[in-house]
Amino acid sequence: MKEILAIFQKELKTSYYSLIAYIVIGLFTAIAGYFFFSQLSYFVEMAFREMMMAQQYRMQPRPMNVNLMLVRPFFGILATISLFFLPIITMRLYSEEKRLGTVELLYTTPITPMQIIIGKFLSGVALYIVLLIPSMFFQILLFIYGDPEFWPIFSGYLGLILMGAAFISIGLFISTTTENQIISAIGGFALLLILWVIGFSANFVGPTLGSVLSYISIINHFEDFSQGVIDTSHVAYYLLFMSIGIYFSTKMIESVKWRA
Amino acid sequence: MIDVEGLTRYYGEKRAISDVSFHVKEGEILGMLGPNAAGKTTTMRILTCFMPPTSGKATIGGFDIFEHSMDVRRITGYLPENPPLYTDMSVTDYLDFVAKLKGIDKIKRKSEVDSVVEKAALGDVQTRIIGKLSKGYKQRVGLAQCLLNNPKIVILDEPTVGLDPKQIIEIRELIKNLRGEHTVILSSHILPEIEQTCERVVIINDGRVVAEDTPENLMLRLKGGERTQLMVEGKESDVKKALKSIKEIKSLETSAGEKGIINVVVESEKDIRKMLAKNIVTEGLGLLELSTDRFTLEDIFLHLTTKEEEVA
Repeated sequence: MKEILAIFQKELKTSYYSLIAYIVIGLFTAIAGYFFFSQLSYFVEMAFREMMMAQQYRMQPRPMNVNLMLVRPFFGILATISLFFLPIITMRLYSEEKRLGTVELLYTTPITPMQIIIGKFLSGVALYIVLLIPSMFFQILLFIYGDPEFWPIFSGYLGLILMGAAFISIGLFISTTTENQIISAIGGFALLLILWVIGFSANFVGPTLGSVLSYISIINHFEDFSQGVIDTSHVAYYLLFMSIGIYFSTKMIESVKWRA
Repeated sequence: MIDVEGLTRYYGEKRAISDVSFHVKEGEILGMLGPNAAGKTTTMRILTCFMPPTSGKATIGGFDIFEHSMDVRRITGYLPENPPLYTDMSVTDYLDFVAKLKGIDKIKRKSEVDSVVEKAALGDVQTRIIGKLSKGYKQRVGLAQCLLNNPKIVILDEPTVGLDPKQIIEIRELIKNLRGEHTVILSSHILPEIEQTCERVVIINDGRVVAEDTPENLMLRLKGGERTQLMVEGKESDVKKALKSIKEIKSLETSAGEKGIINVVVESEKDIRKMLAKNIVTEGLGLLELSTDRFTLEDIFLHLTTKEEEVA
């Protein structure tokens, strides 16, 4: 446990001192902010029209649902941007150790491969949570000027974190396979994209394979969360996903030792 | 302290080391000498549990490297050829992290880090970022890291490679100071280094141990005797007369140099410098210079690694 904590703290410290974390957070927030702004503008315009119509026909304006029209699509957008940004967080997690030769330190001190991987995985998740924090301010704006429901926002973030953690476990696995950070980032992105879109073909491949594919698809499990539903089967899916990613990453660095 | 028995390691089809065996006593400094790609790093990586051997076994401090890998790692400090440094960390942050990896308690960590900073003379740079340090300082940070937790066994892979002469001397001094307290294995392809710092030498060539002994014994075995050179003021005949009575002399050559100086080369089985000096002086001749023409490890090394001859 102490060893995991040591790796975890070291990774966070490295991120804290490195420029890339700030760039990622800045760009992520800027892009998320842009989408939030355009959605909000659209929402305001719709609301305005609704009022005009109501005035014209002398009736009550129809109520508009902030959660449905603003919060839910915004989570979809956050998930999509995460797909692009998470490989940048995970690319250096292990590749960096290989490039610096510090694997020689890790393998010759009393720490197990599993501890190394878990420490790194948790640091990735922590950084991802930090990445999401600025976007929470947008939601606070909604609470100030509107009246959204709290729980769908909570479950949305929970879903994002679970999905992000699953992404990170995959990205980490790719990172253990190469010392080149660019290959690590591209490989991670490609694999995530495949897992993302694999459900699209579910309708064309017959019922059995189709249901398998749509189960594997990483985004299908996210939708319920953004609607305020915390379904344990989806939580289990993401936890299983993370376990597999962590397991294979651990096996990967163990096997490198044997093949070295 | 360290027992290595028949270690063999293949990288795919290629054999890196073959049947490497040697022993190191507690508190000893063992030099591992060999040309590049001879298998020194492979041997060290196996001993430090970085990778397992294909066959053979080794125990360190009584722990098997394979069965009790974690115990071995706890008592071993390792400095790889390229020091494993996080270039964007400060020296103390880095050492603190390694101390955590080595499982040093929070209470002792600060004092432990301070003590290796002192041992490696890093006081001036401890707050600097490692990536900005010179090669010599980086090497010292690596050495400091390896000494954390006061390991019984210290394994150093080419610790002076790429340093300037002054830094080399400093690192050597540091290593010499480890004698007694730590058992050290040191690899190098630079011969004087081994000669100066190590008590015993293992010569590895092409993945095999070709010799294992003290530097002095290795030299003796190879040359089978001493060769002494003298510079004497006087007549050639007088010199010959003076040295006649020494039975140990196997061969004697004299040649006249400038200004009545005679150059003498004596070969013998034992060290007879004292007798030579005494005889020349009592004969009333002027002894200007006396030196043993020693075979250096360099000679042995070349001898062993170029010819397929077994000394040990």
